[in-house]
Amino acid sequence: MSELTMREAARKPDALAPGHRLCAGCDETIIVRMVLKATRGPIIVTSATGCLEVSTTIFPYTAWNVPWIHVAFENAAANASGIEAAWRAMRRKGSGPLAKYETLDVVAFAGDGGTYDIGLQALSGALERGHDFTYVLLDNEAYMNTGIQRSGGTPFAASTTTSPAGRVIPGKREWKKPIDEIVIAHEIPYVATLSAAWPIDVMRKARKAFEATGPAFLHAIVPCSRGWRYPEEKTIEVSRLAVQTCFFPLYECRLEKGRPIYELSAGSAAVAKRPESKKPVVEYLEIQGRFRHLFRPERREDLIKNIQDWVDNRWEMLLEKVG
Amino acid sequence: MKGQILMGLNGDEASAYATKQVNPDVVAAYPITPQTIIVERFSEYVADGEVETEFVAVESEHSALSSCVAAAAAGARAFTATAANGLALMWEITYIASSLRLPIVMAVANRALSGPINIHNDHSDSMGARDSGWIQIYCENSQEVYDASIAAWRIGEHPDVQLPVMVCLDGFTLSHTMENVLTLPDEAVRTFVGERKFIRVRGQSGETELRLNPEAPLTFGPLDLQDYYFEHKMQQVDAMEQALVAIPEVDAEYAKVSGREYGFIHPYMMEDAEVAVMGLGSTMGTVRHVVDQLREEGVKAGLLKLRVFRPFPSKELVKMVGDLPILGVLDKSASFGAPGGPLYEEVKTAFYDEAERPLIAGYIHGLGGRDTSPDLIRGVFESLLGVYERGEVRDKVSYVGVRQ
Amino acid sequence: MSRQEPGWRELPRGAVSTKSTTEYETGDWGIEKPEIDRSKCTKCLLCHFYCPEGAIRVRDDGYTEVDLRHCKGCGICAEECPVKCIAMVRKK
Repeated sequence: MSELTMREAARKPDALAPGHRLCAGCDETIIVRMVLKATRGPIIVTSATGCLEVSTTIFPYTAWNVPWIHVAFENAAANASGIEAAWRAMRRKGSGPLAKYETLDVVAFAGDGGTYDIGLQALSGALERGHDFTYVLLDNEAYMNTGIQRSGGTPFAASTTTSPAGRVIPGKREWKKPIDEIVIAHEIPYVATLSAAWPIDVMRKARKAFEATGPAFLHAIVPCSRGWRYPEEKTIEVSRLAVQTCFFPLYECRLEKGRPIYELSAGSAAVAKRPESKKPVVEYLEIQGRFRHLFRPERREDLIKNIQDWVDNRWEMLLEKVG
Repeated sequence: MKGQILMGLNGDEASAYATKQVNPDVVAAYPITPQTIIVERFSEYVADGEVETEFVAVESEHSALSSCVAAAAAGARAFTATAANGLALMWEITYIASSLRLPIVMAVANRALSGPINIHNDHSDSMGARDSGWIQIYCENSQEVYDASIAAWRIGEHPDVQLPVMVCLDGFTLSHTMENVLTLPDEAVRTFVGERKFIRVRGQSGETELRLNPEAPLTFGPLDLQDYYFEHKMQQVDAMEQALVAIPEVDAEYAKVSGREYGFIHPYMMEDAEVAVMGLGSTMGTVRHVVDQLREEGVKAGLLKLRVFRPFPSKELVKMVGDLPILGVLDKSASFGAPGGPLYEEVKTAFYDEAERPLIAGYIHGLGGRDTSPDLIRGVFESLLGVYERGEVRDKVSYVGVRQ
Repeated sequence: MSRQEPGWRELPRGAVSTKSTTEYETGDWGIEKPEIDRSKCTKCLLCHFYCPEGAIRVRDDGYTEVDLRHCKGCGICAEECPVKCIAMVRKK
């Protein structure tokens, strides 16, 4: 397994150029830049429709310094399948423009909309077929590009424009779909969660994903200052708190002899080592405007407790899996 | 032509066999009646090592075309096949495929769109996609399916065209009916299609080949605001105009190899015809049979089989119709609320500004696989002869073969 | 159309993009800009990684430098600097 130091990574030219039109303080490009620092050779990228795709490619401009294709919203994984199949066929034939590449990393970027919901079918199919590609879920927990509508990845009680915190209903009533478990159940070689607050961890996992033979899935928590409602300079801090409260644990799951082997990483490994350092989820909730209604006009202890119980339960289940 | 082998193939098998000889890089397909034989047969070729194709058993038609789009953008030759609701499911992607100028080839085993669900032949599926920017070729028999499935690659990949191509074959009537097909030797097909060539464009990396290339990155599928979308669409309009020139070039080259000549429209007995029927697909075989009968009875009947529906060959049509007084147009699909079926509307439009034009009547038939018998076609000719006698069209559009 | 934009014949076929966003200067988005005090900087390089624009490049001497043509003034670099050597100052 090849390692990448901060210094080496910093020297690599960015696959994504500045001058894109994402919001100031957006975490999507922070993650994308970090992940693509870990490439080891030629890559082809495909993106689903979403904030990243739209804001990096307003014609006639493009922020992508690598070959890139956007087709539609629900098919990032199908696109990746096609590119990988094309490369494989050309290698087999020994002819065609991609035949000369011994390694070609195919990377798909999609949001929670394009993954949990409309993109789930294509993702499941691509995982089942075992294509050699890396899928990066940029999870900002709502359909941000179209105006902050709820997705299957939106957490319980979050206020979105289609699950608003109203007089009768306090935000989203459903829980965040356990996408990582769904992906792990497909028995693919490598699954990992990412937070930009731990850059070396991100790059290490990205490198492992590229090197895995077969599908690899990286799930990044991507705070959105606009949709989560916090001051934009706090993006990394919010991402850090998600991990420190165990709302979004950092871990890897690789398939070894047909069994899933879990390993905690970075901030989550630290919490497991010193359980007293686990921060109460309320510290994560109170800095985000999308959870404001849990505190004002009156503190909703019942809902905050529901969330804490959910976090605790899932953290314990993860600890059991890690063993 | 020398060296051709006579095989008994149904339409689906003809499509699969031709595609095997082309040996595309990627086939991403999802089964749907009556296209299933295409994917099954091709899977056998893959399993037997007769092709080097990467077969992607996608989980839906939407993913089938998406995978083909991305594969083609990556520089591959990509093929898929579908029918009816499968085409409907990938409808969104058909527009994207043509906008990205990708010469994908797709076989469409024409079948009625649900609902109610019906697995039999009509043209509602491919007609529903007629605005998508794909070239559309309709086949009368297995021979035409075989030939079109080879020529389609050169048509789509023609440097002035660069568009995806639909090869349409009537579901069951054609797809599942065995017919004699003269097939070219493998080498002849390989030589004819050659290697895929790329056009060059001036993108972000300067002038490069239009493909996903790690050495010369391009961005496919950007966001267009109001300031660029219309211009990009004009390029597609232009591509279809170029196809009107390119298709005869490819057809001429194919004729040299196969001995079979193809055009936009295939006339039969039109030199002195006084009444003719125009249509698409296998029904024209039945029409030919009725034309022969009518000729024996002294009726100066003729037919015009339209092979290429997109781009619509207006000039060619007007020229071939000449001074024909009566033209019936068969449509095997309806457009609810429209003045007539799709072919009828386009034909009338082609003639509207012409000084000399026939009386035109439309006949919608065969929806959901309703049999279009020789008697039914006779009825159409009789109706047209009635128009001839009256000197005017009384019923612009009739629905024939349906119980009232 | 106020600007002279290309007609359809001048655009590349396939609707591929024609230029990099580096030519699109987002530096005028923000009202603040970062100022690095290099006497305190430990060359940890975190600001380079945390910048959403990729507008903080690493110099040959190992210190970082902000590309003001693209900096949107989000303030993440200043917020995250472990030694607080970056200050967000109001632009004039």
